[in-house]
Amino acid sequence: MNLYLPIAELSVNVFVIIGMGAAVGFLSGMFGVGGGFLITPLLIFYNIPPAVAVATGANQVIASSFSGALAYYKRRAIDFRLGSVLLAGGLAGSSVGVWVFSALRRIGQLDLVVSITYVVFLGGVGGLMLVESIQSMRRSKNGGPGDVRRPGKHNWIHGLPLKMRFHASKLYISVIPVLGLGFLIGMLAAVMGVGGGFIMIPAMIYLLRVPTNVVIGTSLFQIIFTAAATTILQAGTNMTIDMVLAFLLMVGGVVGAQFGAQAGRKLRGDQLRLLLALLVLGVGARLGFELFIPPDEPFSITRPVAL
Amino acid sequence: MKRGFLLGAATALAVLAVSGALAQVPAPNAPAAPVAPVVNNTETFEIGLSTDRIGIDSAFTGTRLVIFGALDNVDSRILREQRYDIVVVLVGPRRPVVVREKESFFGLWLNRGSEAFNAAPMSYALASSRPLGDIAPGIVLERLGLGIDNLRLQIDPDGEEVDRTNRDRYAEALRRVNRSTGLYNQSSGTIEFVSSTLFRAELSLPADLPTGQHTARAFLFRQGALIREDSETLFVVKTGFESVLSTFALRQGYLYGVAAVLLAIVTGWFGRIIFKRD
Repeated sequence: MNLYLPIAELSVNVFVIIGMGAAVGFLSGMFGVGGGFLITPLLIFYNIPPAVAVATGANQVIASSFSGALAYYKRRAIDFRLGSVLLAGGLAGSSVGVWVFSALRRIGQLDLVVSITYVVFLGGVGGLMLVESIQSMRRSKNGGPGDVRRPGKHNWIHGLPLKMRFHASKLYISVIPVLGLGFLIGMLAAVMGVGGGFIMIPAMIYLLRVPTNVVIGTSLFQIIFTAAATTILQAGTNMTIDMVLAFLLMVGGVVGAQFGAQAGRKLRGDQLRLLLALLVLGVGARLGFELFIPPDEPFSITRPVAL
Repeated sequence: MKRGFLLGAATALAVLAVSGALAQVPAPNAPAAPVAPVVNNTETFEIGLSTDRIGIDSAFTGTRLVIFGALDNVDSRILREQRYDIVVVLVGPRRPVVVREKESFFGLWLNRGSEAFNAAPMSYALASSRPLGDIAPGIVLERLGLGIDNLRLQIDPDGEEVDRTNRDRYAEALRRVNRSTGLYNQSSGTIEFVSSTLFRAELSLPADLPTGQHTARAFLFRQGALIREDSETLFVVKTGFESVLSTFALRQGYLYGVAAVLLAIVTGWFGRIIFKRD
C-alpha cells in the first residue's frame, strides 16, 4: 500500500515505514535509547531526502521516548532533577548545534562531518561499552555481583565546585560536568539528527556514576524535550517535518518499543550493555566503511538552502 | 480525476475527429494533381491537454499524461512518407540546484568540486514519434534545447563563459542522476496517430513529480526542420489532506512543529495505554 508524503513529496510503502519504526522501536524499548541514530540512516537509505529524514527522525523519537519514559516513571526510575540540569545544558548545546548544522550544509560538507562524528562517537562509545560489559560479565561469572557500583571511588569530576544533591540518583556532584555533558550531547544531537541517548547513557554511567536503574528513565526524560525542541525548530526554520511519515514511524515504534521493553527486562544489565555496544559498533562500522569505498555515483544534487 | 480525464479525452477526440473530417474533404483531390503541391508551411498544429491540473493526493504514485494534438493542412505526400515528426515534452518548474562531486582524499570520499545551475528543470518528460536523432540533426536539437542531453540548465543572459568541459561533467551528472530516478525520462515511438491528422502522446510522470507550473510543448518537424510549435500550461498541485498539511507546514512552521510534538506525545501515550503489561 503506497502513500504520498506531503512534505517529503514522494510516495512510500506504508508497511515498509511501519516495519522500520517497529524494528527501531523494539531496539529502543530494549536499550532505552531513542533510536534516532538508526532511524535517520534507514530513512535516507529509503530515499527520503536527508533534511526530512533528520527532522522527522527527531519527531518520531519523541513518541518512543515518551512511551518509554512513562514506563520508567511508573517504576520511579527517573531522576527529574538530574534530567532538568542535563536538559538546560542540552538546549543551549542544540542551539549552537543548529547553527553549526546550517553552516556545514551551506559549504556542502554536512554529510561528511555527520558521518565522521557518527563513526567517532559510535566507535568510541561502542568500544568502551563492549570492553566494560565483557569485564562485568567475567566478574559475574566468577561469582561476584555483575554490576559493581563503587560509591567510595571518586574521579576528578567529583572534585569540581558548585555541588548539587540528586536524591533519586544518590549523587552529590558538581553541576558543571552535568551541564557540560548536556551541552555536548545537545550539540551533537542537532548536528547528527539524533536524541543522543546512545552517548548520554554510557556517559551517565561511566562519567557521572549514576546508578544504572535510573539512567535510562532519566535519559528518556531528557530526550523528549531535546527532540521536541529540535522538532519545533526544524519545523519553523526548514519546514522539513513530515507529519505523515513521522506518524507511521511512531505507530510502528510505539508497538515495537513495548515488546522491546519486555525483552529488555529478561536480560541482565551487562548483557544489555554488551548487545547495545555491538549494535552501536555495527552502525558505526558500516558508516565508517562507506566513507572509504568508492561511491557508485560520485555526484549528488542538492537544492541550495534558502537563507 | 480519472473520470474527468476520460471525459476530457473523449471530448477532445470528438472535437478533433470533426475537424479532422473537415480537413480531409479536399484531400482526395490533392494527390491527383499532376504538379507538385506548392502549398508551403500552411500546416496548423495545436495541442490540448486532457487536464490543466494534476492533483496529488495521498494515493499518488505517478501518472500518465495524455496530450492530444491536431495536425491540419498537411502535405499529404510528406505525411504518407512519414516525414512529419512530432516531439512532445513536459518541462517541470525550473529551480536552482547545486551538483557536488565526491573525490578520494587520502582514501576518504568527500565532496570536493561543485557547480551551481540556476534554472534546472525539476522534471522533464519527452515523447517523440521517432528517436530524436532521426528527427532532426543534433545541432537543431541543441539549439532548441530538446531532449535530456540538450536540456538547458542555466538561464544566464549576461553570464561569463564557464569552463566548457567542467560544466559538461557536472551537467551530465545532473542529467544522469535525474534520469536514473525517473525525474527525467524520454521515449520514442510513444506518439501514435489516431487518424491522419490527430495524434496522441503519452508521457509518464514520476511519483515525486514536483508541484508547481509545468509547461507542455509540442514541436512539429517536417523533413528535419522545425515548422510549428505550440505550448500549454499545466499545474501540479497537492489536493485534499496533503494540501492542507503542507500549507500548514509552510505558513505556520512553528505551530506545525508544536502540533507534530503533540501528535508524538499522544501517540506515545496511547501506545502505553494499549500495551499496558506491567
